[in-house]
Amino acid sequence: MDAILAQLLNGLDKGGAYALIALGLTLVFGTLGVVNFAHGALFMLGAFCAVSFRYLITLETVTVDPTQTTAWGTALEVRTPLAQTWFGDWGAVLIDWSVPLSILLAIPVMLLVGIVMERGLIKHFYKRPHAEQILVTFGLAIVLQEIVKAIFGPNPISQAMPSALRGATDVGALIGLAPGALTYPLWRLIYFLFSAGVIAAVFAFLRFTTFGMVVRAGMADRETVGLLGINIDRRFTIMFGLAAVVAGLAGVMYTPLLPPNYHQGMDFLVLSFVVVVVGGMGSLPGAVAAGFLLGILQSFASMNQIKSIIPGIDQIIIYLTAVVILLVRPRGLFGRRGMMEN
Amino acid sequence: MTNSHNFSRRGVLKGGLAGILATGVAPLMFTRGAYAQEFCNAPSGDSVTLGFNMPLTGAYADEGADQQRAYELAVEHLNGGGDGGLIPTFSSKTLKGSGILGKKVAFVTGDDQTKADAGRDSARRMIERDGAVMITGGSSSAVAIAEQGLCQEMGVIYMAGLTHSNDTTGKDKKKYGFRHFFNAYQSGIALGPVLGEAYGKDRVAYHLTADYTWGWTQEESMIKATEALGWKTMPPVRTPVGAGDFSQYITPFLNSGADVLVLNHYGFDGVNSITQAVQFGLRDRQANGKNVEIVLPLVSDLMAKGAGEAIKGVYGTANWDWQLTDEASKAFTKSFGAKYGQPPSQIAQTSYVQVLLYADAVERAGTFYPPEVIKALEGYEFDGLGNGPTLYRAADHQCFKDVYVVKGKDAPSNPYDLLEVVGTASRDSVTYDPAIFGGELGPDTPAKC
Repeated sequence: MDAILAQLLNGLDKGGAYALIALGLTLVFGTLGVVNFAHGALFMLGAFCAVSFRYLITLETVTVDPTQTTAWGTALEVRTPLAQTWFGDWGAVLIDWSVPLSILLAIPVMLLVGIVMERGLIKHFYKRPHAEQILVTFGLAIVLQEIVKAIFGPNPISQAMPSALRGATDVGALIGLAPGALTYPLWRLIYFLFSAGVIAAVFAFLRFTTFGMVVRAGMADRETVGLLGINIDRRFTIMFGLAAVVAGLAGVMYTPLLPPNYHQGMDFLVLSFVVVVVGGMGSLPGAVAAGFLLGILQSFASMNQIKSIIPGIDQIIIYLTAVVILLVRPRGLFGRRGMMEN
Repeated sequence: MTNSHNFSRRGVLKGGLAGILATGVAPLMFTRGAYAQEFCNAPSGDSVTLGFNMPLTGAYADEGADQQRAYELAVEHLNGGGDGGLIPTFSSKTLKGSGILGKKVAFVTGDDQTKADAGRDSARRMIERDGAVMITGGSSSAVAIAEQGLCQEMGVIYMAGLTHSNDTTGKDKKKYGFRHFFNAYQSGIALGPVLGEAYGKDRVAYHLTADYTWGWTQEESMIKATEALGWKTMPPVRTPVGAGDFSQYITPFLNSGADVLVLNHYGFDGVNSITQAVQFGLRDRQANGKNVEIVLPLVSDLMAKGAGEAIKGVYGTANWDWQLTDEASKAFTKSFGAKYGQPPSQIAQTSYVQVLLYADAVERAGTFYPPEVIKALEGYEFDGLGNGPTLYRAADHQCFKDVYVVKGKDAPSNPYDLLEVVGTASRDSVTYDPAIFGGELGPDTPAKC
């Protein structure tokens, strides 16, 4: 039982990342009708916002310690971050909390990246076939990842989580299990709660604001909304920016779990695309539900008990699920009639 | 059948002579002893090209970057640059800093992407397009075995870099392949007694294993070594290379009843899995009334740096460590550190040494002709390269030397002081019968690529 609960928690934090990326992918598809294969790259760019932020606040001064010598005969260099020199202990706190703080950088940067991407490139492809949209966005993803590789190098760059949030917490005790029966890393729980929070915020924004209402109306019938004199294109551009922010935030918070590297976006893109298809093209609740569902299935499929029945199932579970769902429900879990069917 | 009678004696002679002249081998027909041009990429000008193939991207990219540094340093020293590195300490005195057999050493590099097929393609390109007379590289055993197989087919010597699978010089050994690095079997022999001493005889191990040749053989070797101590083993869990997030494989450990987590992972996979395991609070956990422990049987400085705090107190084995105090190790660390501002990792040392060993074998053979170079390397006993007295065993082309047991340092005195050597398994203790792994070296027939 404890083992199953632990695996379920693991599926939820994985699913959180899938759901956030798939949510953005679906937002773009639902509003603009574009299958954005560069969406994974936005997740990666978000992660590198955290890396850049850390670089900025850890710019260092290098002093030489003449009392210590390296094995190759030079004096040992002592590096002190400028933030620490200027702000003392507060500088150290700043560095310690750099990942959550980099959200402040990621939001404007990702919004800008999203808007520039949409206005600069993707809007020219609205009337083109889906295949061409996929090609151009896929190309864009490769360009973005090569730029990141050129700047940051090919190796993953690990990002430490705040020291206060390291280690595991006794989740079992909270739900009445024996102490120590179910412990789980704190940051992974935070990631799950964070993703749930962002998803709730996006849904609330679409549900309870006038802006959201117009966007939903536009998603349902773009032409009629346009005829009512509303500049729906501008709103959709902002939605693209919002989708970029959601993917970026998913990337920022994921960095302590997995050191970001330039091709991380591609790894997540394929999964998220499957998530969108399973959830139903254009369905926001579908994307979220499928994200968590596939995260949980993947987690359970990695257990030895399951792997001993079907070897290698952990590698294919997501695709297998997609095949089964598409056979049983060709439009996906929450798919709408008419989406991608004309 | 009928055509065979249509050849005229004159026609055959004319055709044969024309062919001999056209291919330009006429002057060599009577000089077989010199074997020039009779093997793949025989160096003809005043330089010789070596092919360096390493993972510059993928799960072992950190290792690949250090490997490249070492290769470039070796070339510099072979050509007489720098402080000569290990050339002065090497027991063989054939290398003079004047290249190899008087030819200046040039090199080409390739990215094997930590993938066997990409590594093989890259090695083939170096042989066919760039004319490399020797290939070295591989930070993954899958890559090394693939490249070694290719080199055997093409008649090019392969000096393996970091490859730790028993198969490289076991069931997949090749006449043209040579490995200086130690292997998983030797890790097990070295690490077993240390683990028994530190953690006791009554333990339950849980293995997470990289799902390819190296992982399998390391898992097998570690299980053998720890079960000999009296440990029990849970069914091992295989994980894909480059998985990134290993949390779904670590979670089942928590309630498995095991008290030692053995991570048969290397490179970034090792860094990620150990970091994530520590995030799961394994260090503060107890199982079966004992503290839960983590073991990383193959560990490097680069991984220790990547893992940071998580590596502290973790046992593993290493081929070499820059903090060894023998003259050769000090000389290599000094030379490498002066050029790159950081100490060399074990992969840098093995890669550097392999290039020197090849150059020396060519000098001793007096030719680049592979069968002669192979003879020079087989059964060769040497010293002064950082690992103490070492034998290149003829039977399987595996080097035999001391193996080091290392531990993540609790209180590093500087940013590079990450691992400490806590034990040494003697060369005799890690020497085994080559028959236990089977395999055939194959022929040394040179090929014309």
